Amino acid sequence: MYRYDEYDHALVRERIEEFRDQVARRMDGRLTEDEFKPLRLMNGVYLQLHAYMLRVAIPYGALRAEQMRVLARIAQRYDRGYGHFTTRQNIQYNWPALVDIPEILVHLAEVEMHAIQTSGNCIRNVTADPFAGAAADELEDSRPWAEIIRQWSTFHPEFTFLPRKFKIAVNGAAEDRAAIRFHDIGLQIVENADGERGFEVWVGGGQGRTPRLARKIRDFLEPQDLLSYLTAILRVYNQHGRRDNLYKARIKILVDSLGIDAFREEVDEEWGYVRDGDLRLPQAEIARIRAFFTTPRPRSVSPAPQTGPAAFRSWLDTNRRDHQVEGLSSVVISLKPVGGTPGDATSEQMSIVAELTERYGFDEVRVTPEQNLVLPHVENGDLFAIWETLREHGLATANAGLATDIVTCPGLDYCNLANARSIPVAQAISATLSAEGLAEIAGQVSIKISGCINACGHHHIAHIGVLGVDKRGEEFYQITLGGAMGTDAAIGEIVGKGLAGEDVPAAIARILRRFLELRQTGEAFIDTLRRLGSDAFKEAIYADLAA
Amino acid sequence: MKAITANRLTDGRVIYRTPDGDWSPHLAEAARLDGDNASTALALAEGEFAVAVGPYLIDLDEDGPAGQKWRRESIRLVGPSAGTTHVLGAL
Repeated sequence: MYRYDEYDHALVRERIEEFRDQVARRMDGRLTEDEFKPLRLMNGVYLQLHAYMLRVAIPYGALRAEQMRVLARIAQRYDRGYGHFTTRQNIQYNWPALVDIPEILVHLAEVEMHAIQTSGNCIRNVTADPFAGAAADELEDSRPWAEIIRQWSTFHPEFTFLPRKFKIAVNGAAEDRAAIRFHDIGLQIVENADGERGFEVWVGGGQGRTPRLARKIRDFLEPQDLLSYLTAILRVYNQHGRRDNLYKARIKILVDSLGIDAFREEVDEEWGYVRDGDLRLPQAEIARIRAFFTTPRPRSVSPAPQTGPAAFRSWLDTNRRDHQVEGLSSVVISLKPVGGTPGDATSEQMSIVAELTERYGFDEVRVTPEQNLVLPHVENGDLFAIWETLREHGLATANAGLATDIVTCPGLDYCNLANARSIPVAQAISATLSAEGLAEIAGQVSIKISGCINACGHHHIAHIGVLGVDKRGEEFYQITLGGAMGTDAAIGEIVGKGLAGEDVPAAIARILRRFLELRQTGEAFIDTLRRLGSDAFKEAIYADLAA
Repeated sequence: MKAITANRLTDGRVIYRTPDGDWSPHLAEAARLDGDNASTALALAEGEFAVAVGPYLIDLDEDGPAGQKWRRESIRLVGPSAGTTHVLGAL
């Protein structure tokens, strides 16, 4: 993994001292809240319903054991004993006191972490495939490119006050696990006809109130041109993005209004000015960054186990992933226990994961966009020991990718923007589906829940999406069907009127039961849905409600 | 009937403005306001930015938060509803 150099350390230290002074001036009244708010947001500090929330950046979701251990200690000492892993591969603390935050930042800095680029209208923390450097279907490791983008974008003076926030994702595998088509810029590593590696570039994707699939702006971008091309896109956006209207300020709206061809022309013209300048990436620098990201080799090569207790085999079936190196596997640590809060991990659980990371995981653990954790590299011979430890600490739920592996935003239980609760809905769905064993029978199904149209719970890209809305003080939930985040990316469609919260779990159970009736042999839920259309499920959603 | 609520500057906790112009974490200690009293008190609260962040008026009835934002304000009052009960209608 990447290690800070002297510049990184100095940059972060200086920022902490700057923020410490800003907090002191806010406390003694020299700064008003209007003056302080943009300053705290630039350091990842939000004010939510009950308390401040600190969002800590986890660049491309990758952590070392010592970093996870510090996250655990912060949860224990400064929060309420837990943290919340997010869909953007970060972690949020829901209860820190403002006066403690400068000290929290010091602890983070000691292990090369910070809360910069987790808020504000800047280039946000870059995301990537959580299985990068490990996945069996990978063309190239996306982490070095994500790190190059991180270094280039951090405190970029030209792009610190963009029209709106800006999100970049990188994927290097055949399957898109970084949701590149739902980012402001999505980069897919590809190989051209001559066998050269480069990037397919997508632009203008996003969720929120105006969900858009990104459009392809370039078939092949040579690696050394990456930063100059990103700069050109951002300059066009910075100049023409709608600063007059918050709801029309994202780049997706600009791409919509210009059209992708005219937008590309603008970018190409701008690119002409910067392409051959200082932003051209030297091969030596690419090699230097790549050297930080190695894929380990096992001490001994053995196949993944086929035997053992039923619960272990079930966990292997759902939570183990093939690795690109023989003798290794990747495993998903589910943060979705039945009836639990999706994405939450206690301080103790984080410490256990740190221990496993150190002992079995070649010192690397990842956060996924599905709000789970991944040990990307573990030896097959260690899988049983890992599972046993996870099970002892409530971390061995065998549901990665199943319907109980629900993604949800914090919703109205925590968030200042939310209209409706989402966590209790997820808990109730999870309990209902588990009671019937439906999730295991239905196979791969994604359910994602957002508590408002800002769509932090990614409901637009779920096979079954749930959107909470407020109608005259009452919570209702709209169901969407057919969304997907991968190479078959799609935006889900609303199927009908909203449901009361208590009706949602049963409605989703009926959708899955209908799927089991309609599916052909071996067919996944999303394929049945695409074959038959959402009408085939609509009646199931609203059945029994009339009574 | 209305009350003034905000978040405490030091730690962000939910607070309510009392009749004597202090701030309390307990809704029971909040000043009950109406009409012009509410506007006047809110203007004063907005000047207390070294203690309270973002003061605003909420609707109350005898049982607690009321009006269109009753659920949001009830959650602010008692804390997150997400727990182990799975009872959606609990609030």
